Amino acid sequence: MSVFGAAELNQLARTWRDTDPASDLDIRLTDTCLRDGSHHKRHQFSAEEVRSIIAALDDAGVPVLEVTHGDGLGGSSFNYGFSKTPEQELIKIAAETAKRAKIAFLMLPGVGTKDDIREAQGNGGSICRIATHCTEADTSEQHFGLARELGLETVGFLMMSHTQPPEVLAKQARIMVDAGCQCVYVVDSAGALILEGVSDRVSALVAEIGHEATVGFHGHENLDLGAGNTVMAVRAGATQIDGSVRRFGAGAGNTPLDAFVGICDKLGWRTGVDFLKIIDASEDVVRPAMPEECRLDRMTMMMGYAGVYSSFLKHAGNAADRYGVSGARILAEAGRRKLIGGQEDQLIDIALMLKAEQDG
Amino acid sequence: MVSTGSTTGKLTAAIVGPGNIGTDLMYKLLRSEVIEPRWMIGVVPDSPGLERAREHGLTASHEGVDWLLKQDELPDLIFEATSAYIHREYAPRYAEAGIRAVDLTPAAVGPACIPAVNGDEHAAAENVNMITCGGQATIPMVAAVSRVTPVSYAEIVASVASLSAGPGTRQNIDEFTRTTARGVETIGGAEQGKAIIILNPAEPPMIMRDTIFCAVGADADRDAIAESVHRMVAAVQDYVPGYRLLQEPQFDDPSPATRGSTKVSIFIEVEGAGDFLPPYSGNLDIMTAAATRAGEGMARLTLEGALA
Repeated sequence: MSVFGAAELNQLARTWRDTDPASDLDIRLTDTCLRDGSHHKRHQFSAEEVRSIIAALDDAGVPVLEVTHGDGLGGSSFNYGFSKTPEQELIKIAAETAKRAKIAFLMLPGVGTKDDIREAQGNGGSICRIATHCTEADTSEQHFGLARELGLETVGFLMMSHTQPPEVLAKQARIMVDAGCQCVYVVDSAGALILEGVSDRVSALVAEIGHEATVGFHGHENLDLGAGNTVMAVRAGATQIDGSVRRFGAGAGNTPLDAFVGICDKLGWRTGVDFLKIIDASEDVVRPAMPEECRLDRMTMMMGYAGVYSSFLKHAGNAADRYGVSGARILAEAGRRKLIGGQEDQLIDIALMLKAEQDG
Repeated sequence: MVSTGSTTGKLTAAIVGPGNIGTDLMYKLLRSEVIEPRWMIGVVPDSPGLERAREHGLTASHEGVDWLLKQDELPDLIFEATSAYIHREYAPRYAEAGIRAVDLTPAAVGPACIPAVNGDEHAAAENVNMITCGGQATIPMVAAVSRVTPVSYAEIVASVASLSAGPGTRQNIDEFTRTTARGVETIGGAEQGKAIIILNPAEPPMIMRDTIFCAVGADADRDAIAESVHRMVAAVQDYVPGYRLLQEPQFDDPSPATRGSTKVSIFIEVEGAGDFLPPYSGNLDIMTAAATRAGEGMARLTLEGALA
């Protein structure tokens, strides 16, 4: 039996410096509270909230800040919830406010279009993150092609990564990289992956794409493993990491970026983020913009347990209230039906089915 | 112009594109009382689609449309089951040869046809377009609502099995959302339209599902809307037997979440007839069924004209 000490485990074989020689970072962090947190906020961010959060996180040294409707460009809809402030306006405000950080935006083929990407770039977004379900990478080829042509930095999201084994994810990552993606993320949309479940997947991607692209990880807290899973991802070779300050994200929230900065400091991984500043930002700026803390409760734990897309939380809650049925049962049925990201409409159908059963 | 070639009192047809859609379409046309599928045209010599067409008595060629247009006898109708790019290139040549086209690609050369909504309105056109599978499944529901009350905004969400989405759809997913959204407006009657498509890889494959959301006025007549929806479902079932309303239409009162409108939600499932494609791919079945219906409308108009 080989035994590694912590010091060896935390020696990083891959760092962000390998990709960007001008940088001194071991890993590059992206805060997603103004995108993933949009779900928790029911897409009701105001211009002022975006301005103050961007200013605080930029000042703390977070190098990438993502701003978009929770479901990506064009997500404002009946199905996902209408935005209070148009997302393109928020991207513009973010780009004008940030002094150092780059502004990223998310798009999902089938929801947003290439025109939305052009507009987001026009508003100052410089990193285009394109998300597909983790078996459908080939729907993103045209969008990666366009993004590279426009000179945007590109990131690919393989959503619901827990549903596929490492070798399948690696093949899908290859499709994205060949299409122009510069960093492929293992995205644990349901917060359903457990420790080695993360590192095995990250390792498979690293083995497949080598140094042609970097690998990233995006976690959720539904089974309380966001930060632990993220440590596993970094040890396995992920050099770009997502988190949301104060967990401000869908479901039970994302990997807490503020805590993760502290973890990295203690493990000796350079993130460039000032821990004191980010915990102040968390308490003084981000918390006031949150409708409530992101919590572990029976709904969010059921999401991790049943492997349900985290943004279903509020929609399942709405449908449960509207039809007088159990929200946790709606989520369990969503898992059984193998629904994927974007199928929020089906939660209403499930609620109606449960109500019919209940009314007998 | 009436066919001289058919000995059966039917219009003759060529199917261009011997893939899944073209083959499924062939089975439907073989049952038609007014159309005789005579040719299957491809570009790959050992294509299984061409072989299958031969087994069913069609003349099959892998030498493409150029071969077809050189024959002494030309079809009355061409069903285009290739790609938007190819159809845009060949449509003028079909027209020149006096052949009318039913276009199953999103090329949108001719006017759009949703049989249950605008029926035979374009039966005299030289080219009709079938929009998209999502459009065929959802636009009838938008139209059912807009016949009763003005629809300021309609949004459709089409979920299909990954296995039923071919490379054409995957590589032109923006074209799908744009073309469908336009159809929601022009034929569905919504002031503003939006379309979302989801490819779901679940095993066993999921049957196509569609949700239609319409924003209507607070005082809209809900009973009349529900009745119109039921009538329209029956009209689509006439050519797509597996088209089903899953729930009674749902009405949500105006609120900030509905931007002040009453929200109508309609839930649909489309199971295919299983002619050639598996029943879960209702999205493909509704395309070939609608194209058959559109072609038959064109054929009937021509045949009736010949009798008159």
